[in-house]
Amino acid sequence: MPALPLDDAGPYVAGAYLVFLALILIYVAIMASKLARIERELVELADSVQRRSEAAREEEAEAVRR
Amino acid sequence: MFARGLRTLSIASVVLITGAFALVFLYAPNDADQGFVQKIFYLHVPLAIVALGGFVAGGVWAVRYLQTGDRGHDLRSYVAIHLSLILGLGVLATGAIWAKASWGAWWVWDEPTLVSFLIVFLLFACYQPLRFSIDDPERQARYAAVFAIIGGAFVPLNFLAVRLASALIHPRVLSTTGGSMPGSMRLTFLISLVAMVCLFVTLWKYELASKHASMRLRALKRALAGDEAAGPLARTAAPTQL
Repeated sequence: MPALPLDDAGPYVAGAYLVFLALILIYVAIMASKLARIERELVELADSVQRRSEAAREEEAEAVRR
Repeated sequence: MFARGLRTLSIASVVLITGAFALVFLYAPNDADQGFVQKIFYLHVPLAIVALGGFVAGGVWAVRYLQTGDRGHDLRSYVAIHLSLILGLGVLATGAIWAKASWGAWWVWDEPTLVSFLIVFLLFACYQPLRFSIDDPERQARYAAVFAIIGGAFVPLNFLAVRLASALIHPRVLSTTGGSMPGSMRLTFLISLVAMVCLFVTLWKYELASKHASMRLRALKRALAGDEAAGPLARTAAPTQL
């Protein structure tokens, strides 16, 4: 086939590069959502540890009062 | 552990990819035969090389896993293959677009280069379902390693077979007789290749760091709440522990 003129070739070239960019962006977005979930779970875990240590401290104070 | 050097790699990837694309469109001349549409070459070929290299790397990490029993190597192998599959999808899509523009067809079944890549891609597409089908993590890692080694060894064999086969319309790039690229095109191609390798390594480390953080978090949850309170592990294709 003869070479496509620039006007006809442009959309194909743009399409190929956009497919690549879209693929990378989708991948990074999925990874970012997973990272956000990890952060959320980490915050929950930190809260639970804090609640536990506060409860333990209260128990200790209660025991001292008795 | 896995995130070491990630920031530097990320910056290098962005700079290299931007630089490579700038060279493609502002420096490299249009191909005398194909014209402007040949610009897809600088994306399609490095993507294919890196994807196939990633499959081989997955096999190499799998060998190391079987040698040492270190689950970190299983994770490295899994992520390399996962990422190569994503890039492989890019190779098929960009290749189809280029084929349509150059040959007038999205796909040519008679061409060994295209079909062999599709076979490798479909072979490794079975890797994730294989892992998912096995419940026991130890067995999952071992079977997946054997699969990755066989698949990884198949890649260079496949490459050789394609070289020996007669080409129909797909050109043989980087062959001993095909070194007719002018200097500016060669430089642009090499920088695109380096950029793609850098991007692959960055994303590989990014996913490794994410998976590792997720595993550590799960282990921490279990240590704090106990196995029962943390609930059963959902079945997954990805390695769940190191």
